[in-house]
Amino acid sequence: MAQGIDRGRTGLPGGKPKYSIFSLARNAASYHQDWQRAWRAPEPKKEYDAIIIGGGGHGLATAYYLASVHGMTNIAVVEKSWLGGGNTGRNTTIIRSNYMWDESAAIYDHALKLWEGLTQDLNFNLMFSQRGVLTIAHSWGELREMSRRVHAIRLNGIDSDVLTPEEIKAKVPLINIDQSIRYPVMGGFLQKRGGTARHDAVAWGYARAADDLGVDIIQNCEVTGMIRKGGAIAGVETTRGTIKAKKVGVVVAGHCSVLGEMADIRLPIASRPLQALVSEPIKPELDTVIMSNAVHMYISQSDKGEMVLGAGVDKYNSYAQRGSFPVPEHMIAAAVELFPILSRLRMLRHWGGIVDTCPDASPIISKTDVKGLYFNCGWGTGGFKATPGSGHVFADLIANDRPNKIAAPYALDRFQTGLLIDEHGAAGVAH
Amino acid sequence: MLNISCPFCGEREELEFTCGGEAHIARPLAENQITDAEFADYLFLRDNTKGVFLERWRHAAGCRRWFNMVRDTVSHEIIEIYPMGELPKSKQGKAAYEACWRRNTAAEAAAMPKKSRAKKGK
Repeated sequence: MAQGIDRGRTGLPGGKPKYSIFSLARNAASYHQDWQRAWRAPEPKKEYDAIIIGGGGHGLATAYYLASVHGMTNIAVVEKSWLGGGNTGRNTTIIRSNYMWDESAAIYDHALKLWEGLTQDLNFNLMFSQRGVLTIAHSWGELREMSRRVHAIRLNGIDSDVLTPEEIKAKVPLINIDQSIRYPVMGGFLQKRGGTARHDAVAWGYARAADDLGVDIIQNCEVTGMIRKGGAIAGVETTRGTIKAKKVGVVVAGHCSVLGEMADIRLPIASRPLQALVSEPIKPELDTVIMSNAVHMYISQSDKGEMVLGAGVDKYNSYAQRGSFPVPEHMIAAAVELFPILSRLRMLRHWGGIVDTCPDASPIISKTDVKGLYFNCGWGTGGFKATPGSGHVFADLIANDRPNKIAAPYALDRFQTGLLIDEHGAAGVAH
Repeated sequence: MLNISCPFCGEREELEFTCGGEAHIARPLAENQITDAEFADYLFLRDNTKGVFLERWRHAAGCRRWFNMVRDTVSHEIIEIYPMGELPKSKQGKAAYEACWRRNTAAEAAAMPKKSRAKKGK
């Protein structure tokens, strides 16, 4: 486990009954009818010290770290629907930190270090599996660029290794490394600490641990307006009444522009659908996450046995949570060429999430012109992997009203100063 | 899948087109007269409407010409297609054009040649 990160008060210090092998056995005796509620369903209070808008992974992580690290327990998370029903429940669950620029390495590896041990912190099995993330190159040019990237990543102390096609074949026997295919496998690079986690469990784990510390989680409560007084935030209007707060953090991914509009804040964000699909479950065949930027798809096998596939964003703005067919068609074509056995699988489910893409493929973690109003958005196609790190630094920003060293480069003013963090290469997903 | 009526080629599948993002962003010709923040409005800030949205499209695998579109980003309904250099004629399109925050920015004011800026003043 990493040193030097303040993980706060971990392991349900609020006194909620813990999950363990013993509680499982005890509840088995009563046919699992008497499990305690994982979190309360409180009525919103008139006023809180802080409100987090958005009950996805990032919002719940922010609330948890505000309570556990910064001791702010009189706070609420307001969610217009149910917890983790947006992009948290719609991604392909890939976790890695192999980003090139120093600023990105800092935040994504901060997140990965928090992932390592998060199951224990939250007393919730996140099924975090460091099975390795392997990115494949399909041309000499791409392989050279990849080697350069690996050197940059290693200089930041993050594990990455270049592999030959034979080494890839040994690790992933399913893959077709025949040089006769249209985009042959020329090599790849592996981050062994990368992997997957169960996405729903992340939202539920954070929610349960935050609730344990006294955070009010208010579902089915949509924010309809922002109340401002003299250039500072004073609260929010919701479908369940007015809630006052001097600090409001907005963590709503695809809808950040809509929330921004309510407070006259403009963001450089385009909301696009990002699609994914899963196959019928099969026996364990693939124990590594495979990504390919050139033929464009990524694939892993869930613990249930389903092949989970994803690709790039759709090419036009949408809030419809569904995409158009050419994208999955392209994704499946790429997957079948690399893994011929997939051609006989049926695809069971297919969905889209609305991702908040930023011009430089890096997030915005920032104060705004409205005092006390903070935005955490722009994670685009790669937000899930960053969930703990994003929540940790955003909580720090809200609690102290100044960004810490990791969050500072992600301020909104970088679009005026020109200090962009261009991560289109490492994002691995076309924007 | 959208079926898009190219004004030059007729109805084709979405696959033949590329989307060029928000329409009616004029380059500030007088860029020295505006601040960095105002220039960022032009360069980076984008309207990201939930609802009726004005955007540019190009028939990339066809005639390769550009045109404008009024489209709903929730229902994906295509409300109007109109040529480059013109403004929307449909009621929803007109309303979306007027409602866009960009109409009041310094960047857009700096995009107009001096003569028409003077006209607008009258």
